[in-house]
Amino acid sequence: MRYAMVIDTLKCVGCSDCVVACQTENEVPIGYCRDWVTETVNGAYPTVEIELKSERCNHCDNAPCVRCCPTGASHIVEGGIVKVTHDECIGCGACIESCPYDARYQHPEGYVDKCTFCHHRLEEGQNPACVSVCPTKCMYFGDLDDPTSEVSELLKSRKHKVLAPEAGTDPNVYYLIK
Amino acid sequence: MQEEIFVSGRNIPHIDPILQVWHFPISLYLFLGGMAAGIIFFASLFTVLRKEKEVQTTVKTGMLIALIGIVIGLIALLYDLTHMFYAWQLYTTIRIESPMSWGAWVLLIITFLLTFWVFSYFTEMFPKWDWKFDFLKNLEKFFQKNRRIMAMIMLPLSIILGVYTGILLSAFNARPLWNNAILGPLFLTSGLSTGAAAIILFSKDHFEKHLFTKIDLALVVLELGLIIHMLMGMYAGSHVQLEAMQILVGGEFTLMFFGFVVILGLIVPGIMEGIELMGHKVPSYVPALLVLIGGFIFRIVMVEAGQITRYLY
Amino acid sequence: MNNSRRTFIKISAMGMGGVALSTTAFGSISNEFLSDDNLLAKTAKNLKRTPTYCEVCFWKCAAWAYTDENNNIKKLIGNENDPHCNGRLCPRGTGGVGMYADEDRLKTPLIRVKGKNGEDDTYRKASWEEALTLIANKMAEVKDKYGPESMALLKHGSPGSHLEHLFKAYGSDSIAEPAYAQCRGPRETGFGLTFGSWIGSPEPTDIRDTKCLVLIGSHIGENMHNSQVQEMSDAIDNGATIIAVDPRLSTAASKAQHWLAIKPSTDIALLLAWMHVLIYEDIYDKEYVKQYGFGFDELKEHVKEYTPEWAYGITTIKPEEIRKTARVMAASAPSVIVHPGRHVVWYGDDSQRERAIAMLNGLLGSWGRRGGFYFKEKVKVPKFPHPPYPKPKWGWEEIGEKYPYAEMGITSELIKASIPGENEEHPIKAWIVAGTNLVNTVPQREMIEKAIDSLEFIAVIDTMPMEITGYADVVLPECTYLERYDGIRSATNREPSIALRMPAAKPKYESKPVWWIAKQLGEKLGLHDYFNYNDFEEVIAWQLKQMGTSLEEMKKIGVKKFPRKSGPIFLEEGQPYEFATDSGKIEFYSPDLAEKGFDPMPKYTDHKQPDQGFYRLNYGRSPMHTFSRTINNPNLFDLKSENKLWVNPKVARVEGLKNDQEVWLENQDGIHSTFPIKVRVTERIRWDSVYMYHGFGHNNKKLSRAFGMGESDTKLMTRVVVDPLMGGTAMRGNFVRILTENPNKDIES
Ligand SMILES: Nc1nc2c(c(=O)[nH]1)N[C@H]1C(S)=C(S)[C@@H](COP(=O)(O)OP(=O)(O)OC[C@H]3O[C@@H](n4cnc5c(=O)[nH]c(N)nc54)[C@H](O)[C@@H]3O)O[C@H]1N2
Ligand SMILES: Nc1nc2c(c(=O)[nH]1)N[C@H]1C(S)=C(S)[C@@H](COP(=O)(O)OP(=O)(O)OC[C@H]3O[C@@H](n4cnc5c(=O)[nH]c(N)nc54)[C@H](O)[C@@H]3O)O[C@H]1N2
Ligand code: SF4
Ligand code: SF4
Ligand code: SF4
Ligand code: SF4
Ligand code: SF4
Ligand SMILES: [Mo]
Repeated sequence: MRYAMVIDTLKCVGCSDCVVACQTENEVPIGYCRDWVTETVNGAYPTVEIELKSERCNHCDNAPCVRCCPTGASHIVEGGIVKVTHDECIGCGACIESCPYDARYQHPEGYVDKCTFCHHRLEEGQNPACVSVCPTKCMYFGDLDDPTSEVSELLKSRKHKVLAPEAGTDPNVYYLIK
Repeated sequence: MQEEIFVSGRNIPHIDPILQVWHFPISLYLFLGGMAAGIIFFASLFTVLRKEKEVQTTVKTGMLIALIGIVIGLIALLYDLTHMFYAWQLYTTIRIESPMSWGAWVLLIITFLLTFWVFSYFTEMFPKWDWKFDFLKNLEKFFQKNRRIMAMIMLPLSIILGVYTGILLSAFNARPLWNNAILGPLFLTSGLSTGAAAIILFSKDHFEKHLFTKIDLALVVLELGLIIHMLMGMYAGSHVQLEAMQILVGGEFTLMFFGFVVILGLIVPGIMEGIELMGHKVPSYVPALLVLIGGFIFRIVMVEAGQITRYLY
Repeated sequence: MNNSRRTFIKISAMGMGGVALSTTAFGSISNEFLSDDNLLAKTAKNLKRTPTYCEVCFWKCAAWAYTDENNNIKKLIGNENDPHCNGRLCPRGTGGVGMYADEDRLKTPLIRVKGKNGEDDTYRKASWEEALTLIANKMAEVKDKYGPESMALLKHGSPGSHLEHLFKAYGSDSIAEPAYAQCRGPRETGFGLTFGSWIGSPEPTDIRDTKCLVLIGSHIGENMHNSQVQEMSDAIDNGATIIAVDPRLSTAASKAQHWLAIKPSTDIALLLAWMHVLIYEDIYDKEYVKQYGFGFDELKEHVKEYTPEWAYGITTIKPEEIRKTARVMAASAPSVIVHPGRHVVWYGDDSQRERAIAMLNGLLGSWGRRGGFYFKEKVKVPKFPHPPYPKPKWGWEEIGEKYPYAEMGITSELIKASIPGENEEHPIKAWIVAGTNLVNTVPQREMIEKAIDSLEFIAVIDTMPMEITGYADVVLPECTYLERYDGIRSATNREPSIALRMPAAKPKYESKPVWWIAKQLGEKLGLHDYFNYNDFEEVIAWQLKQMGTSLEEMKKIGVKKFPRKSGPIFLEEGQPYEFATDSGKIEFYSPDLAEKGFDPMPKYTDHKQPDQGFYRLNYGRSPMHTFSRTINNPNLFDLKSENKLWVNPKVARVEGLKNDQEVWLENQDGIHSTFPIKVRVTERIRWDSVYMYHGFGHNNKKLSRAFGMGESDTKLMTRVVVDPLMGGTAMRGNFVRILTENPNKDIES
């Protein structure tokens, strides 16, 4: 089992529903976020292109945040999900410094928090909150080890990229591009 | 024109500015840890070489300062933990891949040994002191007898500690400024140099001062070499590293880095030490203080600047 | 002594001292220690769900509100069965919890206290009894002195229908909402004149099946009207061609195969040229036009001169681009939608532009065709029995009689009629305002303030201390949509459906639902027979029963679909069909317009372009916000806390502007922005315009988050062109200068 998220940048409109849905689903306090949306604009008027994408923890196969965690609070669970056990976390910030994507934040309670791929929802057979709310249905979630899954099919048929591949983290969030 | 913006999230009060999770205490911790590592290294080395009699300040006051430094450093570290009351979780596991983890263990062991060491010199340092209990006296004797063994253990540990202060940062390949192999040796060198400077500052013995001035000068030259090496490495490196380097050589940290670290913290004291070694009169506390201040600012620069360098993707 | 009496009170001012600070439900979860997200999962299971429909905008998506054991609303999830949302709310709907949680909400009724010796007025807390009695007395007084018609209702959204009922029972039909003259009016006129049918809401556009979607301005994707956004995404999946006509690179334009970066205000020229190409290249839907069209020959003659070359000089869009896109449309026809847009009050000839859009659709044969416009249908909700309404002597129609095609009250005309001397025959003397933040909604603030100063009485019913509440004599706090029953939602769609809204939590503070307010006022005015129930729940239960379902069932399912009764959703091949126009056909030529002295077919007219040093003020939607109502919403404020001024890099160079630099604006009439706005240098905007999101720049301090964040586009709209057909107030003819220094230094903001 290898969970992955596939996000179609050609459909994302940057509405940020994924951000607010994560906030209400996971009780992310106001002023913090587990996911966010970026916009890249290239060109000169009137030949301009935009890329919009929703970003979050990439649940890296080669996760520096897990490697550098001194207590083991950051760990990898079934399906490759990188999680933080809040009461093993000392709040040293090493994982925050280690993440090339700035995907982690310090919860006001002190521990470090991040996207869990909505593990608790997966256990109930539901998609992550952000995926299930996205109005453009541009987010897909599934198992890359299953060659027939939607995510596998999409990666087979569409051009895609991951973020900062040069960081060597082997991300599991993929972006479909033109 | 290319434009990259956050549409939402992230650019909110609690995330982006605070993602710089390491603050002043971490710089202090790295500085004190490095300096302590330097002093411990010298004290252990001379003890192993059975030359401790020639460097009395190093093995006595020096080690006391190292102990105080480490304790303050640890307090600073704890202070910067945001989930402080769970700090004991550090000692429920050893994670070799995590410098933070083995660093914590090395620090713990060194702190114990250092305490024993200082304990063993206590009555020598403070002749009027009287351990009220016999078992304490016996214990002091026990440690006195085993000083060389302690030194033999602490010698490698001090090197690990010195390197650790650099590796802690360089292990983060997410921060291009930190992510280079030179940082470990560089921080070790800087630690040794600040250790030597601290000894110069406190030593009243002419021979000891002279010896450490020589050592320090060599370390300062080495450190300058390593800094050049680091910058060259980044210059030849990837786009992100180039951008990281720019923060030091042509960005917001340039004044601090070149002015306070390279010139005032290394070149000026280096020259002064050279002049001194050539036999001219120089108040030796001046270069020593400059080296210490420079070393501290170096840690601040590296911690602060490193955190604002990131992968642009 | 009238003119200073209703100076705007920033509700934060004195008199509010006693209002207790409330805690945000989501501000922190500090007393609850979450050791692991497993715990979260456990709490999630204990959540109870209640059906509602969203009130953050007027798409009215049906949703489930999830409450925890402490009766706190935790999250909102779309109802899977709802055609408006298909189980997915938009960001504003998902963030709707913030409407409920906002600690800045209005908490108690407030009554204006006149300031002594020239001091500012203040508000004092009042009991519901006192506040309602005051309003009822004023209503009675207006009725006695001037007749009930002089009491106007300015409303928007769900509170509207309850108050409308009260007003009609009381004898006034002087009712208007900004969704007409500041929004959709012109398109209803334009399409009505052509197809004999309103567009209405939701738009009956079959976007999901279309082969070609043409967006004239309409910025779907930023305009987050939910199922449209979803269907546009489906269309992208299905490989549909998108043609976006927009002077700005809207998000939709960035997804389009053809972005026509049109010069602002010149759309009619493009539309005429497109018709020219379709007709003279003979690629329009001949069968369809022959069977259903009226006045095609006149149109053919009319657009003869309007060649793409002619349009090029006006629109700056190359002739071959115009031809190519026309051919793409023709090739996709009839599965093509030239979208009518929604906020269409742009330049004053908007009904005519909308008519051109409708006619283009007529030529393409897309009305009543799969992938074009479907025949919508809704179910009728029976009216709870009450005595017939008295007949007012005059009402919104008479107030707006200058505009023969107005089919609803014209907000701006009602406001004008409140200024003495402006409409002697139909004078408005008092207002009840509910669910519309008029001062940030209707342009020409000076006119609104003049009206407000002249009025004898204003009551405002709102959930938040918005600007409009600061002008009121009495402010009533309504509870949010999550805390109340409201009318059954029955909207037109492919398949008729209804949705239930019921309270998911008890009203916070002392807030009350408008149905209750309307009933109390009715009782006090002796209109008991119109409010023959104790709780609105009874009304809904009765209505649902008439419709063959029940409150119990609806509580469980939230949304119920009904089978279509009006016939097929699309025209069958060659099916005879009578359009609801005078001719029974699609009117390419409108005899009615000609008879009333208007152009029977749209013509292009020039609009003013910005003078040297000025830029056209362009504006639109932030996908995370609804107008001004959500800016203070904690969740949504978190996503977007201020609007920025988009400027082209060329403009930035000329004006010497940098990203995030604060600037001020001055419009053509010397009106300044109140607050600074930060610059966004971007290639997404032309060099002759600047762009900002509408809704920001709140100046009521009581909105603790939103106050002073960004700038209000409305304030800078002092010039409007009124649509002569239906009275819409066109807002896109305002120009601004960029100031790098604060022009308001000596003015308190
Ligand atoms: N997120 C969000 N969504 C909303 C709302 C909201 O408040 N927030 N409100 C809803 C409501 S009530 C409405 S009415 C709709 C409005 O939404 P739309 O009907 O889509 O509004 P428009 O005014 O067409 O869209 C603004 C676009 O018009 C472009 N434009 C400006 N001038 C011109 C011009 O001269 N020619 C052309 N072709 N384009 C031009 C602008 O650049 C901008 O991209 O949105 C609805 N959806
Ligand atoms: N400058 C400018 N003006 C515009 C537009 C624009 O783009 N630019 N767009 C125009 C368009 S398309 C439209 S449709 C109109 C919309 O105009 P409005 O509907 O007036 O828009 P809002 O600013 O959202 O104001 C809504 C008010 O209702 C209150 N409210 C929200 N929920 C409730 C409730 O449940 N009960 C009660 N009683 N009150 C509630 C809010 O607090 C707020 O004060 O604006 C038009 N005006
Ligand atoms: S919800 Fe979907 S469309 Fe909206 S920003 Fe997130 S990924 Fe993009
Ligand atoms: S994205 Fe960052 S936090 Fe997530 S697994 Fe990778 S390194 Fe760790
Ligand atoms: S902050 Fe917590 S999760 Fe991160 S490295 Fe430190 S202990 Fe591990
Ligand atoms: S997967 Fe869940 S936790 Fe991760 S960003 Fe999406 S909603 Fe948030
Ligand atoms: S489109 Fe969004 S804001 Fe409007 S009703 Fe639907 S969910 Fe609510
Ligand atoms: Mo609107």
